[in-house]
Amino acid sequence: MAEKKTGKPGTHQQEGITRRTFIKNTGLITGGLVSGGLLGGLLGNQLGTGTDTETSTEEHGHGATHRYEEARMFFKRQGDFRVLEMVTETIFPEDGNGPGAIALGVPYFIDRQLAGNWGSNTRDYMQGPFEEGTDTQGYQSSLTRGEIFLQGIRLINQISTSDYDEAFVDLEEQDRVAILTEFSEGNAEMRGVSSSRFFSLLRQAVLEGAYCDPLYGGNREMAGWRMKGHPGSVMSYLDVIQEEDFVEMDPVALKDHNH
Amino acid sequence: MVQQLDKVDVVTVGVGWTGGIIAAELAKAGYNVVGLERGAEQKTEDFLQTKDELRFDSRYELLQNLSNETVTFRNTPDMTALPMREYGAFQLGTGLGGAGVHWSGVTWRFLPYDFEIQSQTVEKYGEDKIPEDMALQDWGITYEELEPYYDTFEKTAGISGEENPFGGFRSDDYPTPPMKETPALRLFKETTTEMGYQPFMAPSANPSETYTNPDGKRINQCQYCSYCSRYGCDFGAKSDPIVTVIPTALETNNFELRTYSNVTEVLHEDGVATGVRYTDLTTGVEYEQPADVVVLTSYVLNNARLLLQSELGQPYDPETQTGSIGKNYCYQLEFSGQGFFEKQYNMHMGAGALGMAIDDFNGDNFDHSDLDFLHGGWISLRQGGRTPISSNAVPAGTPSFGREFKEQSIYQFFRMLSVGTQGASLPNVNNYLDLDPTYTDKLGNPLLRMTFDFHEQDQNLARYLAEQIEDILTEMGASDIAVNKDLGNFDIEPYQSTHNTGGVIMGDDPETSAVNSYLQMWDHDNVFVVGASAFPHNGGYNPTGTVGALAYRAAEGIEEYLSNGGGQLV
Repeated sequence: MAEKKTGKPGTHQQEGITRRTFIKNTGLITGGLVSGGLLGGLLGNQLGTGTDTETSTEEHGHGATHRYEEARMFFKRQGDFRVLEMVTETIFPEDGNGPGAIALGVPYFIDRQLAGNWGSNTRDYMQGPFEEGTDTQGYQSSLTRGEIFLQGIRLINQISTSDYDEAFVDLEEQDRVAILTEFSEGNAEMRGVSSSRFFSLLRQAVLEGAYCDPLYGGNREMAGWRMKGHPGSVMSYLDVIQEEDFVEMDPVALKDHNH
Repeated sequence: MVQQLDKVDVVTVGVGWTGGIIAAELAKAGYNVVGLERGAEQKTEDFLQTKDELRFDSRYELLQNLSNETVTFRNTPDMTALPMREYGAFQLGTGLGGAGVHWSGVTWRFLPYDFEIQSQTVEKYGEDKIPEDMALQDWGITYEELEPYYDTFEKTAGISGEENPFGGFRSDDYPTPPMKETPALRLFKETTTEMGYQPFMAPSANPSETYTNPDGKRINQCQYCSYCSRYGCDFGAKSDPIVTVIPTALETNNFELRTYSNVTEVLHEDGVATGVRYTDLTTGVEYEQPADVVVLTSYVLNNARLLLQSELGQPYDPETQTGSIGKNYCYQLEFSGQGFFEKQYNMHMGAGALGMAIDDFNGDNFDHSDLDFLHGGWISLRQGGRTPISSNAVPAGTPSFGREFKEQSIYQFFRMLSVGTQGASLPNVNNYLDLDPTYTDKLGNPLLRMTFDFHEQDQNLARYLAEQIEDILTEMGASDIAVNKDLGNFDIEPYQSTHNTGGVIMGDDPETSAVNSYLQMWDHDNVFVVGASAFPHNGGYNPTGTVGALAYRAAEGIEEYLSNGGGQLV
């Protein structure tokens, strides 16, 4: 397992970074397309305000600073949201690689997504008549993603209390995994949608929250990208794409392009 | 109240690659052209600061809003078709530039074999080689006849590439050199060379160097940033209609672009089209735009739909196998195998059309005497730029969530390589397009109904290509190789390919085709239907190169039609 730790990108801290290594790592200068203005903006964001990272690390540890964005737009009942939190952490747990779903902001990310276009299927064809169709005909439910999530999250807790005599948030990890496995295999009975479809939406939303641009509230401090070694939205790889060895880079987010 | 507008020489329905090419060529020749585009105007500036996987790759911002319009689908004629409610096996473009804005940029020429597939198959293997339910047809044009138009399109788009050892005659080299070779591409190249194949760099519309096309339009050098397929390019470094043919057309002052203009009918009388009716989607007002020539240049599926809706041409009937509108709808057998390696590859860097290809198993480049299928597909290792939400490959047996999944999906992120193919899709008499009897779009018009399944030809070809992919991954040194050899039924849910073709096919016989080799309708001389809708089958390649070539030929035909005062061109 030791080899996994060596050469693993994204684990080093940002504090020690110099202007020179930042430029080298992002390949921005070598890319040849970035104007002085943009580069200046990037450096300003990445280096000039170097305390951002430290402050937020403290927040995680002690909750010293209020995150006013940590309130719900979609889920009305706090109990449902607590189940969602535990579900996301079960799907994407904190481990030696780094933070889990909760610390990455995934539950609030999902709450916001469900409150928006995605959660209400505004860009999908939702006219009737609705028929079940065959397995090859795709999604045919009249339920929106928001409705599916609400029903599914409540059913998860209901099954937990009936089968394990405990709320989902109090279950041991192996039991939480067992319940979610039943959902993923389509064995839980849902109305108007299969539990496997609910689970695949849920799993997809967790991965989105872990690895989206931080502007959406997930992937906090780009910690998801750092874990995975993905540098986000780098403008150019022109001069490094032929490198034989793996090229480590600090991640760049859309905020860094926006100045 | 429908408002009448003044007559123009040419009206195009849709302004993407094909509409842009038609508009540019005819406007340059001095004709006045109106382009009706139902989507919004867009330009490179729209894509600055939007390298955003969630927005474009997961939420499909550049794609058609399905709440306005979708297609219905069933596998066989005896099933009830149901709407594609969300994306989706294929991704419909919208807005100025259409799917040409969010494409990857792989720009092939089809093989000479493709254009004469029926006659060459009979000549080489005998008539019995063609299954009874396969509506295989020659295209009514040869590769040699189409070659000059391929050359024109490649020069307009600044295509980067190197010669395909199995390709047809080229009158000139690619306008720009091949893209950069990466370690992963090199591994594929060295492995396939050792296996006796002939690898080469795939042809790409992500130019290897900054290029100015013959119309004076500049396409920047690709930066390999990876935000390509499903994105618009923020650097003007992907050749697309909005940086090439559309500005070329606009600069002539002979081209008027009208956005949010949704055409609902081609108006016609006694075999002559008089113009089109369209709705301004911002006001709901309906207009009639008279024109000497009507050119359908929307996506494949909408070309067929608009003809059916307008009662132009004869709809295809699978029972009697007569009629041509909706006939020979084909697709692409696009899939890949994956394997895992010790080494980490920089797979997050890349470009839509960056890839190393072999063509040894495409077309009739290999002997089919003892094989139970026709045609083949190009096989490649592509490096489009891996992004973290969409790529979470883990070895078989790994759970789909939880600790082990997280560990593996992170560990393997740069260690997985995939080898893929785009297999040809040959026509079947039961694969076709018509209008749905139940479901409608937002304006109340019937949706297009797609009846499509994979048949024995497809199953056998896919299995053969999957075996080649497995062999290559094995020789590359991969472990935990996963290649699906069972194509199964066509399933509209998982993304496969936006290479829909057919429905308004070309040929040399009005009985078996809808348009001639200039894409002019046999029964309506002043209607041209341009796009992959004209393909009698889909080859084992991405279609856009051939679409571009056919559009240049159609433009030449329209000019000839207008200057000669009408008539059939063939």
